[in-house]
Formats: sequence, C-alpha cells, structure tokens
Amino acid sequence: MTATFSPTGRDTYVGTARSRVDGPAKVTGLAKYAGEFAAPDLAHGYVVSSRIAKGRILSIDTSDAEKVPGVVKVLTHENRPRTAFLAMNYRDMVAPPGSPFRALYDDKIHFSGQPVALVVAEDFETARFAASLVRVTYEAETPATEIAELKDLAYDPPKKRSGIKPPPEPWGDADAAFDGAPVKVREDYRLAIEHHNPMEPHASTVVREGDGKYTVYDKTQGVANSHGYLTAVFGLNKADVRVVNPYIGGGFGSGLRPQYQLFLAMLAARDLDRSVRVVLTRDQMWTFTHRPDALQTVSLGAGPDGALQALKHDVIQETSRYEDYQETIPNWSGVLYRCDNVAMSYRLAQTDMATPGDMRAPGAVTGVFAIETAMDELAQATGQDPIALRLRNYAEADATAGGKPFGSKELKEALRQGAERFGWARRNPEPRSTREGRELVGWGMACGIWEAMMQQSSVHAALTPDGRLELGNATGDLGTGTYTILTQIGADALGLRMEDVTVKLGDTRLAEAPVAGGSWTAASSGTAAMRACRDIAEQAFRLARGLDESPLANVEFDRVVLEGGRIAVADDPARSMALTDVLRKAGVERLEATGKAAPDKDHAKQFESYTHSAIFAEVKVDEELGQVRVTRIVSAIAAGKILNTKTARSQILGGIVMGIGSALEEESMLDHRLGRFMNHNLGEYHVPVNADIHDIEVIFVDEEDKANPLGVKGLGEIGIVGTAAAIANAVFHATGKRVRHLPITVDKILG
Amino acid sequence: MNRFEYVRAGTVSEAVAALAADPSARFIAGGTNLVDLMKYNVERPSRLVDISRLPLDAIEERDGGLRIGALVPNATLAYDERVRARYPLLGDALLAGASAQLRNAASTGGNLNQRTRCYYFYDEGTPCNKRQPGSGCPAIGGVNRIHAIFGTSAHCIATHPSDMCVALAALDATVRVEGPKGERSIAFSDYHRLPGDDPQRDTTLEPGEIVLSVDLPERGFAERYTYLKLRDRLSYAFALVSVAAALDLDGDTIREARLALGGVAHKPWRNREAEALLKGKPATRDSFQAAADLIVREAQPQSQNGFKIELARRAIVRGLEQAAAGTPQSSSDKRIQ
Repeated sequence: MTATFSPTGRDTYVGTARSRVDGPAKVTGLAKYAGEFAAPDLAHGYVVSSRIAKGRILSIDTSDAEKVPGVVKVLTHENRPRTAFLAMNYRDMVAPPGSPFRALYDDKIHFSGQPVALVVAEDFETARFAASLVRVTYEAETPATEIAELKDLAYDPPKKRSGIKPPPEPWGDADAAFDGAPVKVREDYRLAIEHHNPMEPHASTVVREGDGKYTVYDKTQGVANSHGYLTAVFGLNKADVRVVNPYIGGGFGSGLRPQYQLFLAMLAARDLDRSVRVVLTRDQMWTFTHRPDALQTVSLGAGPDGALQALKHDVIQETSRYEDYQETIPNWSGVLYRCDNVAMSYRLAQTDMATPGDMRAPGAVTGVFAIETAMDELAQATGQDPIALRLRNYAEADATAGGKPFGSKELKEALRQGAERFGWARRNPEPRSTREGRELVGWGMACGIWEAMMQQSSVHAALTPDGRLELGNATGDLGTGTYTILTQIGADALGLRMEDVTVKLGDTRLAEAPVAGGSWTAASSGTAAMRACRDIAEQAFRLARGLDESPLANVEFDRVVLEGGRIAVADDPARSMALTDVLRKAGVERLEATGKAAPDKDHAKQFESYTHSAIFAEVKVDEELGQVRVTRIVSAIAAGKILNTKTARSQILGGIVMGIGSALEEESMLDHRLGRFMNHNLGEYHVPVNADIHDIEVIFVDEEDKANPLGVKGLGEIGIVGTAAAIANAVFHATGKRVRHLPITVDKILG
Repeated sequence: MNRFEYVRAGTVSEAVAALAADPSARFIAGGTNLVDLMKYNVERPSRLVDISRLPLDAIEERDGGLRIGALVPNATLAYDERVRARYPLLGDALLAGASAQLRNAASTGGNLNQRTRCYYFYDEGTPCNKRQPGSGCPAIGGVNRIHAIFGTSAHCIATHPSDMCVALAALDATVRVEGPKGERSIAFSDYHRLPGDDPQRDTTLEPGEIVLSVDLPERGFAERYTYLKLRDRLSYAFALVSVAAALDLDGDTIREARLALGGVAHKPWRNREAEALLKGKPATRDSFQAAADLIVREAQPQSQNGFKIELARRAIVRGLEQAAAGTPQSSSDKRIQ
C-alpha cells in the first residue's frame, strides 16, 4: 500500500488540478458520439411512438410510409424477425427482477411513447417523414400512473435487485418509542419524477462488417452491458460483436441499461443485412427511464434535546408492471443517524409507465431529501441548531450493517469546515428573521451520503520504446474525467509526462471493465491502472537490471524510482537509465501488463464505506411573487483521496447544479388520464440555466480511507445528494414555509 | 416533418400571391418556431415561401414614432438605440424572452405569429382543437399550470407566449399588413384573438396576408415603465405571468396608465377599465391594488393554474410600483426590484 502513485513518494500529477485530456477533442467536434459514426451502407431508423399508455394495437397501416421513395422497410410487431424467446435473454447486467420490455414484441402497449414501429430509410429525413405516415389504431385502456392512488396495492418486491440493499430488519420498537417520544415529527415527502436528459440523445449505429460481424456504436455507460445484451438477444457469437462508445454526452444513469434504440438498430441491421443507425428524438427521451416517483413518510421521535428515540422511514415507490425496479431509499436514514428504535420499509406499486431507472445517486437523492428535511423540522421543533442536532445523533457506526464501523467518516470535519466557510455561526435561527430589500434571506443545511463502492475491473497497459504508455479498458468516461485521471495515474506511476500517456476507453476489445456508474469508476479502474503500471515498472526494471553494465545491477525493485522518463536508484540518482533506452537496448518492442482490481473483501468484512457531504445553502425569496433564488452554496465533501482537484470540483459542481434543479425546477408532468408525460422537451422541462446559478464553493475535506489502495471513494453522486434538502431548509428559514413536495415552484411559495 | 417545396419571394406582392395561391403554404423568416412545429408534425406546409430577403428589415422614423419592419430581428430591435431611448419597455420585453441565439434569428413578424406553447398543441399523440379542430382540449383538466386564466373557451385554454407582444399591446402599436385585398392596419389589441369556437386561429390576419411592419406611436413611456416577467426559471422559460406597465405621472397623480399581461390569455391581456380606474388616482399601492383586483375579478382558474390569479394580482401591483418609482425590472439582474 502506498500513499502515492509515483514510487518517488510524491506525485507530479495525481492530486493536482488538470484539465481534461479529452477536452480539446470535445470542444473542437473531433470527438465522435454514437449517432455520428457512419458506414457506406448506412440506413436510418426513426421510431414511431405509441400515443396510448395502456391497451393494444388494433392495426398498423404502413402502406403510405412504404410508398415514400427511399423507405427501405417498416418494422412492426407483425413483421419483426425473431429474436430470443426467453425473457432472461433480455436481462442486462443491471436489470431489476422481471421481464424486460421488448420493442415490437407483440400488440400490447405497456407505456405511453412505447415504440410501435421503426421506419428505416436511406436518409434520416425520409425516415422521419415516412414515420409520420404510419397509421396506428389502438384499443385503449385506462392507465394508472398516480401512485398516490395505488398505495393499497403496494407490495414487498419478492425478488431483490442485485446490489441494492433492501431495508434492514427493524431494531428496537420504533412505533412504541415514537408514541412515547416528547417531540414528534411525522411528515410526508415527495420529489417530482425527473428524467435524465443528457445533452446527447440515445443513439445506436450498428455497422455491418460482413461475415456476420458487427461493430456497434451505442450511447451506453458500459459497452460490456450492451455487448452481453446483443449477443443474448440476437444469438450472436461474442467475438462477432464489438461495442464501442468512446465518448458519452452525459448519462446520469440513463445509459446503464441497453435501451430500445439499440435493440431496434440491431434488429433492422440483421433483417436488412446492412448498417443501421437509430437516434431518438428529444421527446422520445421521456419514453424509457426516469427517476421514480416515491411516497415517503418519515417519523422522528426525540427527546427535548433532539436526541432521537424513534426513527421510521416508509417508502412506496413506483415501478412498471413488468419489472420490479428497486433502489435504496430509506436505508440512508439509518446509516446517517444513531437511534435505538428504527423501522424502515420499502414497497413498490405498479403503474403503466416504463420501468424507472437509476438516476444520479438513485435512492439517495430521494431518501436523503426526506430525512434531511425531517431533521430540519426536528431542529425547529426542539429549538436545536441543525448542525448541533446532527452531531447529537451522529452515527459512528453503521447500524444498518450490524454496527460495523465506517472505514472513514470525516462528516464532522465537513460540517465544521463547511459551516465556517459559509458563516453559519452568524445565522439567526428564527425563520423570517433576515430581509434584504424585498427579499427574505434563508440559510439551510443538510448532509449528504453515498456508498463508496468498488467493482471488479481491469486495465491493460503497454509501454513502447518511444516512451509512450497506452492504458485502456472498456469502461466509459461519462464526461467526468476518467480519461484524465487514468492519464495522471499512468504518468505518475511510470514517471512519464501526461503527454506521453494515451488512454482508450469504451471498447469491448479493451480490457474488461464494469459499466460506469455508482461512483465506482475511479476506485475500480484507477486501482487496476495503477497495478498495470506497477507491473510494467517491474518488467522495465528487470530488463534494465539484466542489461550489460546496467547501472541498476544488484539493485532490488523497491530501491528504484521512476521519474522524468528514467528509472533510477532512489538513493543514488546518478545510477539511472531512460525507459526508452531500457526497451531499445533490451530489444523489446513493447511491455504489456493487465492490472486487475476487485473489492477488498477483508476490508469490507470489517468496515462500511460511504462518502459524506455537508451542504449549506443561502436562498433569497421574493415571497410576494414566489421567486426563489439560490444565491450561495457551500458543499464540503469527505470522499477520500481526490485525484484531480479540477475535474473533482467540476463533478461536485455538476451535482450541486442538478440538485438545484431538483429542488426548484425539474418535474416531468404527467397527464394521468393519458398516462403521458406532457412537458417532453427542454423548453418546458426546466433544468437550471446560468441565470439560476450563483456562487458555489466546493471544499474537499482530508479523509484517509483504506478500502482500496488509492484511498479513493468516488464523486459522481455525492454532489447532488442532500442539496435539495439544504435548499428546502433554507426556504423554510427564509419564509417559515415548509415545502415537502419538490420542486419548490412559484405556486408552492404563494400557496 | 413532411416534404415541402421551397420558394423564395422576391417582392411582397410575390409573397402574397404565393400564399394566396396555396392555402397550405407558409411564410418562413427566422424559422425559430415554424421549423420546430414542422418537426413535431404540427405544421405540415406544402410549401415554404421564404420571405427573409424582402426589404422589410428597417427601423424607420415615422410620424414621431417608429416603423419596425417585419423582418427586423428581435435582437436588432432590442438593442436599437432609438428603441432603448424611447421605447425601453419594448427592448426589455424582447430581452426577457427566448435566448440570445433565438433572438438573433427570430423576426418581428414571426414573433407576432408564433404559436402557443401548450404541451398538447405540440404533441400530435394527443387531441388539440387548435391543431386539429374538433378533436378536443385535454389541457382542460390536464396539465395546465402554464395555461390561460382570462378569455378561455370550452375549446381552448392556450396562451400566447410572446413577451414582445405584451409590450407592443401596452404601447398601442399598430400592425400594418398586406394581402390580396391590399394594405391595412390593425390595432395591436385586435391583432391577436381569443380562442372562442375556432381556436385554430391565433390572429385576425386574413388568408394570404403578410405583416409588413409594426408601427409605434410617438409615446413610449420611457420614464416610467417596467416589464416584469415571472417564470419557473430565471431565463429561457415562458412567462407564467408577465406585466408590461407604463405610467405617465403628474407629480404623484396618474395621468395615464398602460397595463398589459402576458402568459395569461390567448392574446396580450389588456383591461382598459383598469387603466381608466387608475387615471387621476395617486400612484400608490392602494390604487395599484384596486386596479389589480379589478383585472383579476374576471379570471377563471383551471385545475392546476389557480395560483396564477393571485400571482397576476401581485405582479400587477409590483409592476406598477416599479413603473411609478422609475425602477424598471432589470433583465440581467434577476432579483426583482
């Protein structure tokens, strides 16, 4: 175990602020995305979407569409080629229990916007025009999409989703303790349904390579997942399918599972024996996954000093009729706070919508909003300072894991540093106490939490005599900086310059790696990269030592350092050789190694691993007109070692901005009579614009963690978790009005 | 998007003739709305008549006022020095709308003729009387928090989305048009219409007519005015409620008041009774509240937009306060004065 990547004991690149190595390619347009790859025989598919949410297709008339010159074929459930029969073949790596949706499978309609036909034409415009001529008649049934009306049908999911923690068994007697508690808070909380809406719409380009081989460019967070799906569904040999996705124009979880455009593109490519691209429209981005609606009730019983005596967190979450999608919602309450009487529940209710899916910090965004708002309500009810209340109930061990200690938890320090930076001590606790001109000013805070996870991963490394290192694996860079941090790790581990390191990602021909998600990429692929580079270093050392008149003769590996492109004896730097000379003199064309990483089981037996944050928000509210501005956010993050302070800060900033959107703006609005989202465009589905964003400050608190050799915990999700609660708590402090149903729009301030 | 023909009109009369000959043809200038509507299959024109090169892109002095050519881009108009100095209400309203890129492309005439942002109108998977007469209005009883509270009908509750038009209504502009029967002028308040029984018609333009210019009278209320726009985010969102307010004061007494609301009706909403009520009254919150109460008295809520009535009432009061104080709402500082 080492604290640095460089064997010199000090890293040149890791831990510093570095711009993204893929930045120039992206801003100059050289970076190609899934819908931009082409082939000479490329045909274009355009999806026809169902206008009803439930029922069946009575007829599809494609005759007018087929008459349009340039139309190749219209695929529907009536003429689709056969694909795998069993539902299990459609279950991807991260699928929840159930039978995944199959496009064009039969006449049944499961959700509004379901694909009912694919028009394939010689060009996109022709396909789009012809799609408008496909006439579908339906027999519609009344859909059910409002979970508040389906509560009585809620059930415990019989099969648990892999990797998702169900609520732990209750401990103590939460009901009795709540009834007997001197101070009680019991409230309902709800977030709006949100859609991921990455800038890049979902797209797949299937290129027919001949001999039954395909190269597939898919908008995915994990090429391996798309690869496994395609081979299982279409009965293809693994070696005959290559899935590539070097860049992702935002994912937020929407690219974790293979989506229907991938299925349709391959279906058409196989049927027509030519290359096919299918790109979804922006409104079709509302037709396959979303952050699920959930009804939450949090019950807190406490003593007059705020010490928790009872904690209940009950959740009913929406899922589809064909899959039991699960995420971890209530458990966070039991991880964050120490309490002797705890009961948490999590049930599902089926609606006539597409299966919901993971969206940035799935479950935590939802559950932590509820508990952190409830804790603010308890602070108010007991007259405690919100930070003091959290410290009073601070959990030093994870009660949901049998009291296992945390591997590291610098939340107290995050609270201290965040509060100091924000100026929390100057806060007048009285709601409505501060006014600036026409605006009420409110300060609120909340904590955030996310699991620090690791997955099996591997990275291949190759060093060539020109002194260049190439690292590669199949994981994706979601725009978060994976290319960059792996470059930094490679450069420091082998004493090279970042310019000498090339990283390749998102290709099933590269070393195996998991989907990019869950904040595990830096820990998993970073560790594998470090190990691959160590292996290369050791090989280079052995080559060097074996050379005639080697300056490294009789030296052991642990005495050498790699620095400035040279391998040298640590305490005798005059004895050194350039790496390029080592390879050239040894007559080696390349040194190769594959580094592997996996969760440390011994560590996991002893410790629980989480990232934490303390978020402080200032809002200014024009109460008369219902206008809320988030004028300041300080987010103090405890997430282990920070590999790149620039990309890390950007990740947290992005999470915070998304949290502001969740708090104030984001809302997919359902017409429950139609079972259809109505504001399905970026003009009417509001995400924050520049004018909504003011000062955001990110603090990284020192935290040493040993769950992996890098000490890295991951940053993809923690920035968003708790942000909405901090804002809602600030709105309460400003106005005295508690909004428990996000987003906090004008009407909720006026009402 | 359907297949269409494209022709470029060389003169105004050519453009008028092209449209008169083919009722399903459409004029295109900036295309910032029409192209979207075509992508959504809401508009399926047989032919696009490109009017973007007609000589209608000048801002000229006329009778003490300004004549704004139909093809003057929104950005050009907003930043025109004469508009900034004499009609800042119009400039501010323009800058409250859309985005910089859209304002660069969108024309004055196109802004007048933009269609509603009703969700159902844009979604061909749902019925809509405006898109498909007689099919029904699911916005009634549906997702309607952005919909109208004034002048709705049983067939349509859509709003007109323009900011510019709200200011033009308050300024008593005139729309000059040319058609097969020649040229005519339409008072701004008569240009847009209420949905009534035929919500497919947004304006009183006759078939084949083209907008030549928007003419501003001399009075611009450059001293005391505001454009106050309230929306779900601080930029690039349509108004839930907007207020164009302009006052002419004699000391503290209101000599004349102009008030138009956006985001609340099928057209910029003016209530002349309320304006008359303000005349001769002191410029105080009480007077403003009385006017606001009078205006919202005839408001009708839908299932989700009842809040707009109170919001409109308060926005009117605030807008009049801003105008009276000579502190117009800034379009760059999003804090509301």
